[in-house]
Amino acid sequence: MSRIPEAFANGPAFIPYLAVGDPDYESSLAYVEALERGGADIIELGLPFSEPVAEGPTIQNAVVRALEGGMTPTRFFEFVEELDVDVPLVCMTYYNLIYRYGDEDANRPRAFVERAAEVGLDGFVVPDLPAEEADPLREACDEFDLDLVFIVAPTTEGERLERIMEQVSGYVYVQARLGVTGARSDVSAQTDESLARLDDWDVPKAVGFGIKTGDHAERIVAGGADGIIVGSALVDIVAEGHENGDSAEAVADRLETKARELSEGASRGFAQRPPHPERT
Amino acid sequence: MSTSDGKFGRYGGQYVPEALMPAIEELEEAYERYVLENGDGFMDEFRQRLRDFGGRPTPTQYAERLSERYGRDVYMKREDLVHGGAHKLNNALGQVLLAKYMGKERIIAETGAGQHGTATAMACAHLDFDCEVYMGERDINRQRSNVFRMKINGAEVTPVTVGRGTLKEAISETMRDWATNVEDTHYVIGSVVGPHPFPAMVRDFQSVISEEAREQMRERAGTLPDSVLACAGGGSNTMGAFAEFVDDEDVGLYAVEAGGSSLAVDEENGVAPNSASLSTGGEGVLHGARTKLLQDRDGQIMESHSVSSGLDYAGVGPELAYLVDGGRVTPVTVDDDAALEAFHRLSRMEGVIPALETAHAFAYLEENHEDLGETVLVNVSGRGDKDLESVIEETEKRGIENAPDMSMFSGGLR
Ligand SMILES: Cc1ncc(COP(=O)(O)O)c(C=O)c1O
Repeated sequence: MSRIPEAFANGPAFIPYLAVGDPDYESSLAYVEALERGGADIIELGLPFSEPVAEGPTIQNAVVRALEGGMTPTRFFEFVEELDVDVPLVCMTYYNLIYRYGDEDANRPRAFVERAAEVGLDGFVVPDLPAEEADPLREACDEFDLDLVFIVAPTTEGERLERIMEQVSGYVYVQARLGVTGARSDVSAQTDESLARLDDWDVPKAVGFGIKTGDHAERIVAGGADGIIVGSALVDIVAEGHENGDSAEAVADRLETKARELSEGASRGFAQRPPHPERT
Repeated sequence: MSTSDGKFGRYGGQYVPEALMPAIEELEEAYERYVLENGDGFMDEFRQRLRDFGGRPTPTQYAERLSERYGRDVYMKREDLVHGGAHKLNNALGQVLLAKYMGKERIIAETGAGQHGTATAMACAHLDFDCEVYMGERDINRQRSNVFRMKINGAEVTPVTVGRGTLKEAISETMRDWATNVEDTHYVIGSVVGPHPFPAMVRDFQSVISEEAREQMRERAGTLPDSVLACAGGGSNTMGAFAEFVDDEDVGLYAVEAGGSSLAVDEENGVAPNSASLSTGGEGVLHGARTKLLQDRDGQIMESHSVSSGLDYAGVGPELAYLVDGGRVTPVTVDDDAALEAFHRLSRMEGVIPALETAHAFAYLEENHEDLGETVLVNVSGRGDKDLESVIEETEKRGIENAPDMSMFSGGLR
């Protein structure tokens, strides 16, 4: 049963992302737990795939580190089971890993979803699975009561919006600008346009791609987002710690601090929002 | 022959990031309007440019000494004589022209052997487009002459350093560029791979090969071939050579894959010492399509290997996967050493220096001619000029027996 709706019930959701197993299993556990201490409302757990076509260099490198550290779908599920956090968890991965999971005659992609439900995951984001190809995964998610999050890009318009609206649940991932993932020093004006296009959707709208600071978070939530998704800015902290040979505790502390900055930024933005009479 | 829903049986589809979907839908419309329906005379202009700029039609040549050697009639479809030296121009010219009809401003492409990059760079110079080509670092080192040619034709060549630095990584990188610049940029994909409509569209552009060959075989030999052989990397020269023969059930179609050094895989390290995805791969989703892939038990894509960079790819076109499952196309493999031997044999016996990719098809002919019938057509997908440096190096390293003495060049060709 997905816990995602609750996470949006009391104000904006801060949704951090980390690649699971980056740079190794144990540190990664500590890093994800630090995000919760820093105020995460939902956590996106990246299951590393060898060809992450939607990611920029920061997350690509994280994926390489995690794969070299021995991360696999099986280990990923163990990781989720072992994780000591209370917030909803979303698995972010590419379709081939979902599709291939299980033995020879496994029912695909149901086997992956079944296992995900068993370990307590709440939903999925699959960046290379557009709404058109998503029926089999959607059905499995419905069967196990998990959410399937879709991305709406700045280029998504017209009929495509409708198609996604029919498929999406949990929240909609609003891609703030064109391109691949990666922290940016400014937040795109495309965000406002995208949010406006989704104004009448009844799922929460979480904005991601390029958010780096508490100020970005503040501006985006003040502009109407129900949540913010932050990946590369956090992965950068992991990468830097790894390169400098810092201890996992030190890196976890920095992640917690950064998470707090972002989540407080989101709350400040929420406080600035004009009351919305038609939205209760 | 075409596909209305973008699927070939269970294969194909459109598995790409959402940001690209509108561009893919736009391309689908353009494909239907211009390619399938000859809107605004697109296909007429394409055919005319293929003739005048591309040098088509290419001959189907009777290979006298090979025929004698094997005791059967061997014909060669000479795609090495297309402008730029490979079949790749058929597709590159088609797509760049399509981009022009679509009003795009910028072209990006990926390349393995550099032939597709070269063809795209030439088509871009010809049709006045900016062009950026992504190429794995390892392939840049293997294929320097093509890197020079791309630059001379005005293209920017961007090295890709992640992973093993081959075609797979270059494709991923080009998709990232496309996702960033999708509004004014067209991605000229280099083979019958990727999301719909690419596999069908690239096949259509390449099917001029079998269209001509079929006609020429009728004229020259008075008969259709008993078998057609073509090497398969992504499978564009393969599909091009097969397309018009698919309905001729008596014509055997052989997709010759790179067996590399071995067909075994190293699951532990995620490495396949071959590129034989049709022969040994499993079903999965990569670079926009469901197809046969070299992957480990978990679905992680393996690093492929081949002495020829144009075959060095972990995936293959979805239509080929479909034709293989249905038994219409027979996938076979040839190892690196046999390909090198065939390279020297063809050069020596027929005066045709083939691309290392192409040499795989001739190696299969050498080993299996007895099973191929009275009349065999081999698609010479490209010429081997681009491969001379690696051939000299690999020939020496492996002690290939039928090679000329090249010691005077050792380490000195650069
Ligand atoms: C001469 C030649 N033949 C064959 C290939 C393999 O590609 P495909 O299988 O798409 O024809 C290449 C690729 O670069 C090539 O350059």
